[in-house]
Amino acid sequence: MQVELRNPSQTMEFDGPMAVTALLARLSLNRESVLVIRDGTLVPGDAMLADDDHVEIRSVISGGSR
Amino acid sequence: MKCRVCREPAIIDIRRHNANFCVEHFLRLCRDQVAKAIDRHEMLRPTDRVLVAISGGKDSLALWDILIDLGYEADGLYLGLGIGDYSTSSEGFARRFAEERSLRLEIVDLQEDYGFNVPEGARAARRVPCSACGLSKRHLFDEAARRGGYDAVATGHNLDDEAAVLFGNVLRWQQDYLGRQRPVLPAGDGFPRKVKPLVRLGEREMAAYCVLRGIEYVVEECPMAVGNKHLGYKEALNAIEEQSPGSKHDFYFGFLDRVVDRFDGASERDGSDISTCARCGAPASGEVCAFCRLLERVGGSHPDHYSEPADTGNPAQVALGPTRVRAIDGVVGA
Repeated sequence: MQVELRNPSQTMEFDGPMAVTALLARLSLNRESVLVIRDGTLVPGDAMLADDDHVEIRSVISGGSR
Repeated sequence: MKCRVCREPAIIDIRRHNANFCVEHFLRLCRDQVAKAIDRHEMLRPTDRVLVAISGGKDSLALWDILIDLGYEADGLYLGLGIGDYSTSSEGFARRFAEERSLRLEIVDLQEDYGFNVPEGARAARRVPCSACGLSKRHLFDEAARRGGYDAVATGHNLDDEAAVLFGNVLRWQQDYLGRQRPVLPAGDGFPRKVKPLVRLGEREMAAYCVLRGIEYVVEECPMAVGNKHLGYKEALNAIEEQSPGSKHDFYFGFLDRVVDRFDGASERDGSDISTCARCGAPASGEVCAFCRLLERVGGSHPDHYSEPADTGNPAQVALGPTRVRAIDGVVGA
């Protein structure tokens, strides 16, 4: 599957099927800090990602002044 | 994974609630949590006119969307900070949101209206960029609220923001800041009321809300903020949260319920030393307010006058800053 990461932007390839939680663990990402998006909608932690999926992992942390 | 409410397939898990939600019930949860925060902390009255501080990011746009959904009369104010492509992109998201929903958005641009941008301001004042940025935002949002006769300024601070700020203030026992860290700051001494209706919602929930509502926002982090302490505090708290869901909520709301009153009187803003800035008329703790001192150091100036909002006949009213006239979608703003 193709995995697009933001901040900084990069694209990575992984073999599917793979659970969302497993993918985040492979990338050492905290579930509190990201959303996983497939076809414009959210994918929950227990969902399986297929080999031909294209997913975005979007950081949700913003910082600076408000 | 099933929705806690309807048992249909869930799209998001919220571990601090030990619950999963489908789209419909997640969006309802977000609206309910905002309504609950407003009610519990007496943030807004139903007839209040609200000025929403818009950055083009997920929190401020989600907040504006929810306030409108809850029936509030809420206009937006976007402040152009002059941070290169990031500011250009942010303004675009703010404009599109307003135009698509026929909402009124005022745009003030630091460079065009005041003659400086945040990077220049930070260098001139020898402050970190986030400090110069925050100072400018507070001054200009307050000023716009007074000028526009708004009852309150609403900002998109969420639970993660408040927990991280609290964490930083506790680390250094900043008593004056701790005394002011409430979800509502009442109006007084020339300052408008400030409210933070998103304090019951986490950062991940706000991003999810935007994805599910089709709200496009600037995902990229502000280049000036990369590596700052605030982001480090958030990462530290998220590491704790992952091991112990609910920690951020308990930390922040425990502080509000049991601790914050102990810092009453420690805040600088107790009214005893507030005067009026000799240059701009804003509340100031000395003869000249901090924003005017920054303006002097960076070689900027106040605009000559403030224009009235553009009465364009176009339902999406975009009013431009104090001194500018610009064509928007073929319509000239006053």
